[in-house]
Amino acid sequence: MSGSTLLIQIILLVGVAVVSTLLTRSTAGARHQAIRRLFLGMFIVAAVTSIVFPQWLSRAANLVGVGRGTDLLLYALVIAFLSYISTSHRRMNRMSRQITRLTRELTLAEARGAHLGAPPRPPQDDARPGVSLDRELDEDARTDRPS
Amino acid sequence: MPLLLPPASGGTATTPTEETTPTEDWLVVPLYNEATVIGGVIADALPTFPRIVCVDDGSTDGSGDVARAAGAVVLTHAANLGQGAALQTGITFVCEQPGARCLVTFDADGQHQVHDARDMADIVASGEAAVVFGSRFLDGRTRPGLVKRVVLKFAVWFTKQSTGMRLTDAHNGLRAIRIDAARQVDLTQDRMAHASEIVLQLGRTGLPWKEHPVHVLYTDYSRGKGQSVWNSVNILVDLLFK
Repeated sequence: MSGSTLLIQIILLVGVAVVSTLLTRSTAGARHQAIRRLFLGMFIVAAVTSIVFPQWLSRAANLVGVGRGTDLLLYALVIAFLSYISTSHRRMNRMSRQITRLTRELTLAEARGAHLGAPPRPPQDDARPGVSLDRELDEDARTDRPS
Repeated sequence: MPLLLPPASGGTATTPTEETTPTEDWLVVPLYNEATVIGGVIADALPTFPRIVCVDDGSTDGSGDVARAAGAVVLTHAANLGQGAALQTGITFVCEQPGARCLVTFDADGQHQVHDARDMADIVASGEAAVVFGSRFLDGRTRPGLVKRVVLKFAVWFTKQSTGMRLTDAHNGLRAIRIDAARQVDLTQDRMAHASEIVLQLGRTGLPWKEHPVHVLYTDYSRGKGQSVWNSVNILVDLLFK
């Protein structure tokens, strides 16, 4: 019994570790989205199975050293909740970054209008990496100017 | 870490293509609800730095109007985004100004000395370094409290671990940055963690840097408004979970 209790502890710890590393990683690509969707699919299958065959859930729980199926469900929920926090945290970060860029471009566009002596930004300045939004807004601003 | 000095001793030699030699040194002042002191800070600095840009980060106490009346260029964020965001807006603005040679980041609450800023801008102008970081701990003038000292020591250690740069004062708001170095800065940390981020990005430029002793005045006003120790926890979390 103590051996299989250890097993569930390991599984849960690994789950927490995976969620934590996902939380600290800054890149989010197609792969992450695909993995998330696969997990969602697996979650649906597991949910349906546990509803249709409740005894399977208990059996699976016993297999990994948890007394009852409901406990296993609780642990799974804890992991799911943590991963939800991580993804929403990253989404919030991305959104606040966009708001910052938008506000900055608005502020700078206003400043360019107020100090008409200043010429438009030379093209070399746009060489900063990873500011596609900046560039889009810049191009909009430039088309407004009669040149 | 050892510094690589540019072969043709820096400064004016690196920008020979400019038609007019850039000569203007700008003060960049992030501004958020400092209406009571900002007027005096601008008035003190204007004789030395005729070019001052204040980024009003959505102040609700009319700080922007006070700064404008005092003679600074004021940019206004429509919403409060944080000091790092305001700083980046100011840096981007100065980079667009023709004739800008150097920018000095300067706090709005009056804890920095104008003559320190002048000395640091002069070091940049002389070509000795492209980036000059202010440090409170190169001489004995500044006296922070014990807790603050411990927190700042930790910040120094953390900066060294993450950037490899041996700064004696990692979170000093006073920095002089040559314009070519400033163009390579793109801060994404909107709040206080930008102080570590800017050191990291400036370090990555590979341009020569040095530290300069500065005096930071801890007045009752700045103590009341300044970063609490709790803030260091927030900074750390911001840096780890980005």
